[in-house]
Parts: sequence; C-alpha cells; structure tokens
Amino acid sequence: MNSFYRKNGPVIATFFLVAIIFWLIFLIVIPQLYMLDLSFRPNLPPLLRGGPDDVYTLTHYKHFLYGSETSKDAYNYVDIGVFLDTIITAVLVTVINLCFCYPIAFYIAKLATPNTARLLVLALVIPFWINELLRSFAIRILFAGEGVINNILLELGLITTAVNFIALDIALYTGLTYAYILLMIFPLYNALESLDTNQLEAAKDLGSSTLRTHWRIVIPHAKAGIASGCTMVFMLTAGALATPVVLSSPNTYWFTQLIYQWFNMNDNWSRGSAYSIILLVVSVTFVLLMMRLFKVTIGEVVR
Amino acid sequence: MSAEVELQNVSIAFGNFYAAKNVNVKIGAGEFFSFLGPSGCGKTTLLRAVSGFLEPSQGKVLIDGQDMSGIGPNKRPTSLIFQNLALFPLMSVADNIAFSLEVRGHDKKSRRKRADELLDLVALNGQGDKKVHELSGGQKQRVAIARALAVEPKVLLLDEPLSALDLKLRQKMRTELRAIQQRVGITFIYITHDQGEALTMSDRVGVMNDGELEQVGTCYDVYEAPCTPFVATFVGENNAFFGKVEKVESGKVKVQTGGSSFIGQAGLGLDNKNYKFKAGDEVIMFVRPEAISLKGNSKKAQNSFSAEVKTIEFEGNLKNIFLRSAEDVDIRFSVPSSSDTSGMEPSKNVSLSFSQDNAVVLPTGALALD
Ligand SMILES: Nc1ncnc2c1ncn2[C@@H]1O[C@H](COP(=O)(O)OP(=O)(O)OP(=O)(O)O)[C@@H](O)[C@H]1O
Ligand SMILES: [Mg+2]
Repeated sequence: MNSFYRKNGPVIATFFLVAIIFWLIFLIVIPQLYMLDLSFRPNLPPLLRGGPDDVYTLTHYKHFLYGSETSKDAYNYVDIGVFLDTIITAVLVTVINLCFCYPIAFYIAKLATPNTARLLVLALVIPFWINELLRSFAIRILFAGEGVINNILLELGLITTAVNFIALDIALYTGLTYAYILLMIFPLYNALESLDTNQLEAAKDLGSSTLRTHWRIVIPHAKAGIASGCTMVFMLTAGALATPVVLSSPNTYWFTQLIYQWFNMNDNWSRGSAYSIILLVVSVTFVLLMMRLFKVTIGEVVR
Repeated sequence: MSAEVELQNVSIAFGNFYAAKNVNVKIGAGEFFSFLGPSGCGKTTLLRAVSGFLEPSQGKVLIDGQDMSGIGPNKRPTSLIFQNLALFPLMSVADNIAFSLEVRGHDKKSRRKRADELLDLVALNGQGDKKVHELSGGQKQRVAIARALAVEPKVLLLDEPLSALDLKLRQKMRTELRAIQQRVGITFIYITHDQGEALTMSDRVGVMNDGELEQVGTCYDVYEAPCTPFVATFVGENNAFFGKVEKVESGKVKVQTGGSSFIGQAGLGLDNKNYKFKAGDEVIMFVRPEAISLKGNSKKAQNSFSAEVKTIEFEGNLKNIFLRSAEDVDIRFSVPSSSDTSGMEPSKNVSLSFSQDNAVVLPTGALALD
C-alpha cells in the first residue's frame, strides 16, 4: 500500500483507489447483492413491497427446480433442460473456440513475421468494431435458407436442396464461437509469446514431432493462458443474449433468454434475479472445478 | 560413434546480407573443433546450418560424406546445445534428459535408467528429480549436455554454452567438457568468442570474421603463425607496427616503420607458404607482448626501440606495461609480476627490444577491434 502510494504519487494513487473501490462497490457488489436479496423475495406489486407479505422465500429457486404449482411434472423439465443445454453448449463452444484459436495464436506468436502478425491481429480485431447485434445478423444472412453459403453450395452442386443451418443451430454455434474469439486469442497469444523459441527447436532437434512438442512443451507452458481464455469465453458464452436471440432456431432457448423474459416480459424481477444467480453460481462453480481438475490456480489465470 | 563434418563453399544469406561467406572446412571424426570469432560474425548461423535449422544459400554440408541438404534437424546425427541451453522448465531434470527417448517410445523405466547413466557421466548423480530451476548455472549446463548426448549423436554442436557462467566455473567447465568429449569420443563443434576457451579445449580452431573463415589450424598455429592481421589481433594480444617493406632477404623482411627499421619473418599465408613481399609493400609487423623485453635482458633480441611508459597494470601473475613509442605506436608488453619494474614509472623513457624470430610480417588488413 505504502509502496503503491510512493510509486504513483498521492493524487494518482488516491484516484486509483477511489475509482477501483467505487467501481467494485457501486457497479458490482451493490447490484449483485440487490439481486441476491431480490431473488429471495416474492414478486409483489410495488404497493405491497416492504409490507407483511414481503418475507424471504425460496419460491423462485423452487420454481426453477419443480416448476409452477399447477404443473403436473415432478421437475421443471423445460427450464432445467434449457439450463443444461446452455451450459453444455457453452462448454462445446469454448472447446471449439480453443481448437480454432490455438493454431491462430500460435501462428501469430511464433511463426509469423512481425508484419504478417500485425496484419493478422488487425484482421481479427477490425470486425469487432461492428456491434454484436449486427455481426449476428450478418451471420444469419450467411446461413439463411437463401443465404450466401447455401447459394454457394447449391451452385457448386455439393447439395441439392438448401440446408437449414438455423434449425440445426449451426448458425448459433458459429455465431457464439465467433463472438468471443478475441477473448480466447489474446490470452493464448500472451502465453505463447513468452515461450522461448529455442525450446521448440530444442525439442525438434531431439526428434520430437510437432504434435508431441505441442503436447509436452507448448501446451504446458500456455496452460494458464488457455485456462484464462476458456474461463472468459465460457462465462461470456453462457451469459450471451444478443447472439442467441438472433441466431437460435425457434425451438432453441438460451438460458439468458429465460432470464430476460422474467425481467421484461413477465415483469417478475425476483424470479429473473433468482435465475441469473443460478446461472452465475453454477458457471463459477464449474470453472473452479475445471481449474482444479487441470491444476491451474486463480493467480495464474489472472496474471 | 563419431562422424566427420565437411562444409563445402557454404554461404548463408539473409536477404542481401551474407552471414556466412564461402566457408570451407573439414572437421575430422572425433575432433574437438572450435569456431572462434567476435559477436555477430556468423558463428551461430553456421552452426544452425550444420544442425539443419537452416539451409545454406549456397554450398553443402556433408556429414560422413553424406550431403545433408533437405534433411531436417531431427534426422541428422547431430545434437545442438543452445546458447541459452533451452532446457524445458516444466519438466524434471531426468525428463529433460530422457526427452529424446520418450520421443522414440522408450518406456519409463528404461528412460530413467538412461537418464541416471547420463547424470553420472556429467557428475550430477541423484539430481534427476529436481526441477530445472532448482539447479545452479553450472548444473544446468551439465543437464543440457546430458540431454544432447541422450540422442547418441555423432556430432555435438555447442553454441557458446559457457557464456552465462562466471569465470571460475567457466574454467572448470572447460576442463570438464574436454574430459566428456574424450570419454564419449564423438565430434564436438564448439562456438565461442572467447579465445581462451577455444585455445584450451580444442584440437583445432577456425577463426571467423564477418562471415568468413579466416584461418583454420591448431591452437598453436593460430597463435604463433596467424595468417591475417585479424587473426593476429583477435587471438591473444599483439602489438602492430604499420610500415613499408624496405627489403627482403632470405626469408627475413626489413620493415620501415616510423623512424626505425625492424626485421621480422614473413608470415605464413593460408596456403601454408610464406608471404612473398617486395620492397614498397604496405605491411604490418606483429609482435606479441611476451616477446618484448627491456633492452639488454635478452641476447637474441635484434630489434630495438625506445618508448615512453604510460601506465602499468597489475593482473595477478603478470604486469602489463603500456607505452607509446617514439613513432607514436601504442605498445604493450608483459612481465611476470615478480620482476623488477622500478625504472618504469609513467612518462619515463625506456629501451625495448624484440627478436627477429618473434616478429611476424603480414600484408595489411583489418584488425580485430578491442
Ligand atoms: N534470421 C536472421 N535474419 C537476418 N539476419 C540475421 C538472422 N540471424 C542472424 N542474422 C545476422 O547474421 C549475423 C550473424 O549472426 P549470428 O547469430 O550467427 O552471430 P554470432 O556469431 O552467433 O554472434 P554472437 O556471438 O553474438 O552469438 C548477424 O549480423 C545477425 O544480425
Ligand atoms: Mg551466437
């Protein structure tokens, strides 16, 4: 603390501290606590809030598990299904993203000449100047029944009737994978950049195949970067809204769409809060479990 | 098993820049050969061409008579020790050493056995389970050697492997490297910019300057009979007298330098024949510091001159005396520390002399920068 003050001077140090504390408390802690609180309260019209009915209850969490009281099912199959679907798809998207980004990041970090590397980074970044919604629509246009891809495939005679990429959710997976590609590439690039190129050559000199070199030397070196990228991509994918809204097939729901519905269409903020808390807690737990499984510590990931 | 390495007209270009120019050398099987040259002269580049990380732009690399072009580093019977060692930091010492065996699918037990054998060879018994970062500089050095030897190469290539060590350890490792080479009996090609290192370890030395191989010879040859002014000044210390040939007489060359004339031997050219000089040729006469003595101390000395003492430097076993001759040439000579230098205070004039046999006359050319 003292050294922080000495290094930055009193004015700047104080500004940093105040800004960080403000950011943490007002933008993260308070809203989340408010949501947490809300999620344990019944959904009441404004007049009744704070009244005798406003007591802590688990009804929203129960609703997620067992469904409404009128339903005959033992469990809330619909919501739980959507939830599991979302998590599993998010995992899948993260894995695809990693497989896709690792070679690119490795190429930029270790193989490309500085000029090519700069060009590639530019080519990766510029599309993200366009906002997420527009990008999703662009992908929809690509994958539509009469879209660019179908037209090309038909033209080439590879298919005879248009493929419904939207219904197959291929458009959704593509969109989700592409949406957070940078958050995977940059941590990977950072990690790979710091690998001593001589180690790659040493491995080669000792007879190692490319695959083994990656498995034994590059990936262990980049483990923290991989974990960091995967964590971010997984969290953001599981919590994505715009892309699923635009690209999911009519009968696929993303869990965030349910949350959105509770908040906006059904005007049930308490239930919306409960659902988003569920998503948050499960996602974080999942990430921590994975980190434990792969023996990565939080310290390494945020470095 | 050791192999012979031959470079035939090897040139290596990066764009328009030639890092190696028409290098020709034949390194015998089982030889300890050093490339010696200043930083940036192309030593690493040349070694990379031998190991296969780089293809020569022109010329050929032959190992045991076999043309290596198009054969990758993993397929050559060579093993390279990198300038920064490039040990794998996330593996244990034993895993590092046995990595090449792992690659070839040896099982865990036989890998461990071989690693332990190699650890013995480099005097690191029982350190196999340590992490690389737990080792000292000299120990890392040995691990790198063991790892390179694990592939059972016929040729070991070493890129300034001792440069990161401190002086004492460096001297110790020199002896040790030489001993290891004799034990395993394979060809060692060693790169260094440190002439002491090259001279103490090698059977033969190749002196490089600016991408060119200027001279190849035994340590004794390159020190005593340098072929070019660069070699004369890069290997060991030398005093250089610039001048013109006055006359040539039965192998002896009389050189006019400043106001005086000195007599010396015509140096040996690359073709192993003495340079043929004629009167008027621009030449440099080289005299080693240890060949200069105070006048009257040596009966053999036949060239003499006077010079003004500038400074005296104490270097443990030696005293280095820096002077400036009447002809404005900087002179350096050394005497054992025990010798009496009472008459040699700075700004005093002293008479010095050296023998004709110890003066080497070479055509003019670039000197090594200190
Ligand atoms: N990949 C490359 N591209 C362009 N120039 C290069 C490349 N590699 C080396 N060079 C140049 O070639 C010359 C020789 O380099 P090299 O690394 O062989 O020197 P070195 O003798 O090993 O020096 P040091 O003792 O400092 O290691 C240098 O001028 C260097 O700038
Ligand atoms: Mg080098």
